[in-house]
Amino acid sequence: MRRIPLPALAVSSLVLVATALVFVFYVAPNDQTLGFSQRIFYFHVSIAFAAYACFVGGAWKALRHLWKRDPRADLESYVCIHQGLIFGAMVLLTGSIWAKISWGRWWVWSEDELVLFLVLYLFYCAYFMLRFSVDPGPQRANLSAVYALFGVVLIPVSFAAIRLAREFLHPRVFTLHGPNFGGWILVTYCISQAAMLVLAYTLYRLELGGKRLDARLRDLREVLA
Amino acid sequence: MSYFRDVGALARKDLLLELRARDTLPAMLLFVAAVFVIFHFALPGTPSRLETTGFLWVAILFTALLGLGRAFVPEREQRTFDGLVLAPCDRSAIWLAKSLATLAFLAAAEVVALPLYVLFFHPIRGAMVAAVLLADLGICGVGTFLGAMAVVTRARDLLLPLLFLPLAMPIVVGAVGASVSASPGRYLGFLALYDLLFAVVCWASFEYVVAE
Repeated sequence: MRRIPLPALAVSSLVLVATALVFVFYVAPNDQTLGFSQRIFYFHVSIAFAAYACFVGGAWKALRHLWKRDPRADLESYVCIHQGLIFGAMVLLTGSIWAKISWGRWWVWSEDELVLFLVLYLFYCAYFMLRFSVDPGPQRANLSAVYALFGVVLIPVSFAAIRLAREFLHPRVFTLHGPNFGGWILVTYCISQAAMLVLAYTLYRLELGGKRLDARLRDLREVLA
Repeated sequence: MSYFRDVGALARKDLLLELRARDTLPAMLLFVAAVFVIFHFALPGTPSRLETTGFLWVAILFTALLGLGRAFVPEREQRTFDGLVLAPCDRSAIWLAKSLATLAFLAAAEVVALPLYVLFFHPIRGAMVAAVLLADLGICGVGTFLGAMAVVTRARDLLLPLLFLPLAMPIVVGAVGASVSASPGRYLGFLALYDLLFAVVCWASFEYVVAE
């Protein structure tokens, strides 16, 4: 996984995303209850899973930083979480579009996953605020790593909390997934999921490369100055 | 059990400081009362029991934030943080001691806040008191930890609410659920689980927050 060259990754994500688009719009059958608008789910769910993967990846890198003192892990953790936040924003956006189509409102509190993502989004936005209000150095790396670990603990706890809250907040109106999930629907979902994961990894590698280059440039400037 | 002796010593220090300075606790009490009055004017009509329960928990949360924001101020102003870290005790004892001290302040504020709530709004039931106790543990544990993180940053007081509120969401769900639901046991169990889980995570990782 480590040394797959970036151009190869970029080409494969392009191919996968294009294939996913074709499948989502032309191959997958129309959903019985929700109709054409259900197709946004292929992307919404794939992007959500990719975002979770990014947050978990960020927490894993954070753990490596704290535990193994891996010198590269802090930047990797930061970039992972950054990608997770971008994909998280996409989840909120696609979810909002779907809510508008289904219920005529841009936001609904009855969709657990959307609410969970909102909480996580706020949490990880605070991660950035934390990171940028500490000067670069080992302390910033430690604080960011610990906070990233908190985030990954928060995911299941928030999920449980939101489900518990259903009793006294909004009753569930719709389920996010259609009744039948086999056949072409499954194939299309798998392709779009793979596309999103590869895209996330490609963007992660791209950003990581850029940030590492920045850091090296900064170090060189300091040495020369 | 020198660990608990260290915790006791540190907690005693914080409580003594507060008893002498007397700034955080009176502020929290006045804040709670003022917030209740604001709530009364903020919601038109007569709020139902459900709505006022929400008020109470928002009030408790923001009063706690007020107290938590002040928790590490003595360490920052007198520059005693380095001394604490250099002390020959487990770093997590600092977190535990500070949490216990903050818990004492929050509990003292609630001893006034809850009767005030009963006076202004509606009577409360046993499950709500249990929820207050459990929620306090979570708020103080997580809040103290995040307060220690916030105090070393440039943004300080701005940052603590941002860090704390997403993590406080499950506490609010558990607390409000226990206060209004017909079967509060589930919610109280959830609060206890949250407290335990985050106490372990805070205890294990406080070392990294204060060390280099």
